[in-house]
Amino acid sequence: MSTSVRFAADVGGTFTDVVLERARGDYASTKVLTTHDAPERAILEGVEQLATAEGIDLSSQSSVVTQFVHGTTLATNALIERRGAQTALVTTEGFRDVIETRTESRFEQYDLDIVLPTPLIERKDRYTVAERRSASGKVLLDFDEAGAVALVEHLASGGYESVAVGFLHSYVDGTNERRFRDLLLDRLPDISVSISCEVSPQMREFERFNTVCANAYVQPLMASYLVRLRDELLQRGVNCPLYLVHSGGGLMSVESAAAFPVRLVESGPAGGAIFAADLAARYGRDRVLSFDMGGTTAKISLIDDFRPATAKTFEVDRTARFKKGSGMPISIPVIDMIEIGAGGGSIASVDVLDQIRIGPKSAGSEPGPAAYSLGGQDATVTDANLQLGRLHRDTFGATDIDLSPQFASEALVRSVGERLGLDANTSAVGVAEVVDENMANAARAHAVENGKDMGGYTMIAFGGGAPLHASRLMDKLGLDELIVPPGAGVGSAIGFLVAPFSYEAVRSFYTSTLDFDVDGSNEVLASLTDEAMSFVQPALSEDAEAILTVERQVSMRYAGQGWEIPVALDDDSTFDEFAAELLSAKFTKAYEGFFGRAIDDLAIETVSWSVRVSSIVAAGERVELSIASSSVAVAATYRDAYDAASGERVETAVIDRNELSPGTCLHGPAIIAEAQTTTVLASHHTCTVQADGTLLITRDRSAQ
Amino acid sequence: MNASMNAADTLHYQVMWNRLISVVEEQALALVRTAFSTSVREAGDLSAGVFDRRGRMIAQAVTGTPGHVNTMADAVPHFINDIGPDRIYPGDIYITNDPWKGTGHLHDITVCTPVFRDIAQSDATTTETLIGFFAATAHVVDIGGRGYGPDAKEVYEEGINIPIMKWAERWQLNRDLVNIVKANVRESDQVVGDIHGLAASNETGRRRLLGMLDEFGLDDLAELAEFVFDRTGTATRRALGGVEPGVYTNEMVVDGYGEPVTLAVAITVTDDGMHADFSGTSPVCGLGINVPLGYAHAYFTYGMLVALAPELPNNFASLDVFKVSAPDGVILNAQHPDPVAVRHVLGHFVTDLCLGAIAKALPERVPAEGAGALWNFQASARSADLANPRPPVEMLMFNSGGTGARPRLDGLTATAFPSGVRTMSVEATEQIGPIVIWRKEIRPNSGGAGKQRGGLGQVIELGPTEGYQFDFSAMFDRIDHPARGRCGGGDGAPGKVYLEDGTPFAGKGRQVVPEGQRLILELPGGGGHGDPSERSPEAVENDRRQGYVT
Repeated sequence: MSTSVRFAADVGGTFTDVVLERARGDYASTKVLTTHDAPERAILEGVEQLATAEGIDLSSQSSVVTQFVHGTTLATNALIERRGAQTALVTTEGFRDVIETRTESRFEQYDLDIVLPTPLIERKDRYTVAERRSASGKVLLDFDEAGAVALVEHLASGGYESVAVGFLHSYVDGTNERRFRDLLLDRLPDISVSISCEVSPQMREFERFNTVCANAYVQPLMASYLVRLRDELLQRGVNCPLYLVHSGGGLMSVESAAAFPVRLVESGPAGGAIFAADLAARYGRDRVLSFDMGGTTAKISLIDDFRPATAKTFEVDRTARFKKGSGMPISIPVIDMIEIGAGGGSIASVDVLDQIRIGPKSAGSEPGPAAYSLGGQDATVTDANLQLGRLHRDTFGATDIDLSPQFASEALVRSVGERLGLDANTSAVGVAEVVDENMANAARAHAVENGKDMGGYTMIAFGGGAPLHASRLMDKLGLDELIVPPGAGVGSAIGFLVAPFSYEAVRSFYTSTLDFDVDGSNEVLASLTDEAMSFVQPALSEDAEAILTVERQVSMRYAGQGWEIPVALDDDSTFDEFAAELLSAKFTKAYEGFFGRAIDDLAIETVSWSVRVSSIVAAGERVELSIASSSVAVAATYRDAYDAASGERVETAVIDRNELSPGTCLHGPAIIAEAQTTTVLASHHTCTVQADGTLLITRDRSAQ
Repeated sequence: MNASMNAADTLHYQVMWNRLISVVEEQALALVRTAFSTSVREAGDLSAGVFDRRGRMIAQAVTGTPGHVNTMADAVPHFINDIGPDRIYPGDIYITNDPWKGTGHLHDITVCTPVFRDIAQSDATTTETLIGFFAATAHVVDIGGRGYGPDAKEVYEEGINIPIMKWAERWQLNRDLVNIVKANVRESDQVVGDIHGLAASNETGRRRLLGMLDEFGLDDLAELAEFVFDRTGTATRRALGGVEPGVYTNEMVVDGYGEPVTLAVAITVTDDGMHADFSGTSPVCGLGINVPLGYAHAYFTYGMLVALAPELPNNFASLDVFKVSAPDGVILNAQHPDPVAVRHVLGHFVTDLCLGAIAKALPERVPAEGAGALWNFQASARSADLANPRPPVEMLMFNSGGTGARPRLDGLTATAFPSGVRTMSVEATEQIGPIVIWRKEIRPNSGGAGKQRGGLGQVIELGPTEGYQFDFSAMFDRIDHPARGRCGGGDGAPGKVYLEDGTPFAGKGRQVVPEGQRLILELPGGGGHGDPSERSPEAVENDRRQGYVT
């Protein structure tokens, strides 16, 4: 038998999800506990499990595996847990402490005992070289060759495995960074070197230096891991191309990933957004809110015109309540999402104002929610869902966990009820209401930050926790449609398999409409295009049919503003003497879109430029969503559960998702259970089962 | 209302309260996104809040500056009073930058927008009824006069003063006022742009609030406001219970402008609240470092909140328990027309002054003194050669010294406190104007010794690029009077300012940095906490290895 299959593996903090795509386009999946000391073990175990189950002999000569796609939180975890290489930073004299003094501010205004994030590289491992360029790239101070050579000797004796190089204004001209790398490699040919003009040529030294440090810090670890994984797969006969999912939501080669491992940060959540974007295209929904809720956090992103929104910088390891400024900034192209401490394991408490608070602490998988009977004492969101009748021990996906309603009730009273004089049930209502409100507020803030209005968006919910909360979130956000797709539990890994080959090259280049640098702009765009092509084309050689798209973008602002808005450049033409007018017109339109009103007579500046090259992925089969139904599904059982619409506990239909046939509908209140999640409908919600098994949930606004 | 409130109502009100806070956060975010002012967008020098129809603040966004804590809360009653309750119409927008009715200096413009809602009457008609206000404040790029700096003798020299008036009435923009503003400020497009931005951010708040009231089926804010005030008031009084009633005093001497300034406070703690009296403080000075009392009030309140009740939100009920007084004419109670442009320098010391007083009651909470005032400067780049003119450029930069050591933790290095502002990227600053920052690095040995070491200051070297010189407005303190240690901890290092060739440079006032010269700023460190001999050997060794102490 020689049907071809593809594999995807998503290594997460708790589980490694492995998905096999069969030749006919459907999936088999498994979850294996992540093996932190050697993550490839869990991947191989999952691969072997699925191969056995599908009757595929991986070691046969005519290998049937055509592609292996991998995403991992390994780089992220190495940064968070500080398990990277012995790394030095070399920077411009006078700027040794940029990554330590950060923004000189406190992310928590009212905490006297605040602890600021520790720099990734300690001061004793940070060195300087005399050299200096101006903001326009002019040499203000020559590169100190002799000093650099002496420093290389010092680094050689220091036992460093990896070196990050970041000089001031190197995004304009990286000559000196390259020169230092050459000197270093001449003396230490085997050392890892990362230079900021290659890793992240964007203006703002704190973000750029931190990004090059992060890259250097995880590079030895990631390079050796990727080599091991490839070798192990080869030994088992999997000799197909191996690709990595990057944070921007595309595929990159193993070689690129080993050189720029910082681009792998956030690859798992990126997979989720690609999953949602693919579904958005299949369902023909051009404005989608992707809602992914797991055990620890909820992630929300906006997907307009079937493409997830992207950003040029983000923070990893936010230590304090996911607060802005409490993590380390990484300047790379990334799918833009907001992440808050709201998951099934998030712990409920009561604050000094007698208000219920949720998270950011999570009970995780050990000890887990009180209901897991593993010793957890604190009430969690999962405990509230059990108390409210939304979860039930008989239909809970994880068969090795026996949910205890008694432990959940006791914990709810202990964590919330006693302080507020509430019984377990009312405490649970409060916990659910507050966590839903938190997520709704985060989603609204995210929309405002991106100049979007939430009206008219369709929500796509996936991840173990999302379908439990999604219908309530839909109400709170005033949305009209909610989609719970099949395969929601392993959405990210499925997303990997529909990701394009892509690379986004970004560079800061500053010019103004008053005095527009036509040649400079053309050069930047050309070199960014070459750079992005150089990453995508080699990966494509096996897949010669792919057609590439090139998208070019420039971030602009009024002179004097600090926040840029992206403006798409629509074709590959070069700029001429009308460039300033053209860009002004485009910017003004975009600005009005964001803020409703443009400002006359002000110069406009360009700040950063980007070029994204990507392959075109064949769109999945179009699914026409319909609320037409031929019959009403009949529930096998009923149970007493809380209905958010009426605020009462009511008799609620409980149905196994596998028993719902296409074309049937179901009126709330209802609970739809499946292996990896549970979907909840309130009394004003209606669910219509689509041809592909998708649940389309709508609401009756008048009944709310 | 509480007696009759059941558990479900309570949860409902909690959800609405959370939503109201998210409404003002959105209001603030809208402002940050559109602001031209460096201090707004980079430093969070703004505030945004929602008020009930009587002008009591119900919720305020958490932004970068405690200076707006009370000043913002007090501003709206002034608007109601000065406009006149019978002249408040739908579609109105009010404005002021009066230092004594707003946030302490002319550079801060406050815009206030009334919110009306159609409310059903008993006779089945609806009436447009005033239900509350939004207000937002931002530090604008320029306000005319001499430009930003401490050198004015009277507030008249510091720029245009807009008394409380209408920026728009019934949706009609007051074009005369727009023209007056435009004619009186530098960078007028940006300043007017920022005023429009303030109005737009209030409008964002107004729309979100009306949507929220629709969703929750509320007519107005009255009951929700009562719930918020009741909850907050109870929690605030509970927090105050942590301090033994009594009178707590402190004095602090700082550099001032020309001669040292003594700041004095006596805080009276009772069961009902805390009252700070600033008698004994030096008289106003002839230059613009004077502080309107409202601004001192804000930094006193902030200090007490961080020490006692860091989790409490700012609103009418949490702020109402903190009162201040001072004789007219002391430097923390400047009167019109005293100059007040750089009131932040002494204002920032008020927090350490008041924390120092209360330290006797809260020895486990209160840190040593820190660098306190930000080391801001305004560099006006001008052509070095008048025969060869170059375009003038204004640059504002924020920099911080070290904070005081905490009872259980070292001080923070090069970090703002009590201000919450961020510094700007050196690369971004150099893109804006003809400046080169040659060094911006930790200043070793500048933290006060102690069981917990004071935060380190930093060293900054800067100069104009070729063809330019700087008219440089210095606003630096703690050069002659370092941050004091606490509980046996040593003082932080004092600040220093000088030109590269050794020429001395004054800590305050307008001076020239000539072409080809570098100005060197050594920012002060924070005081230490506890006996230095008790510092752990590991901490001492780490200080040495990292080069924090050499």
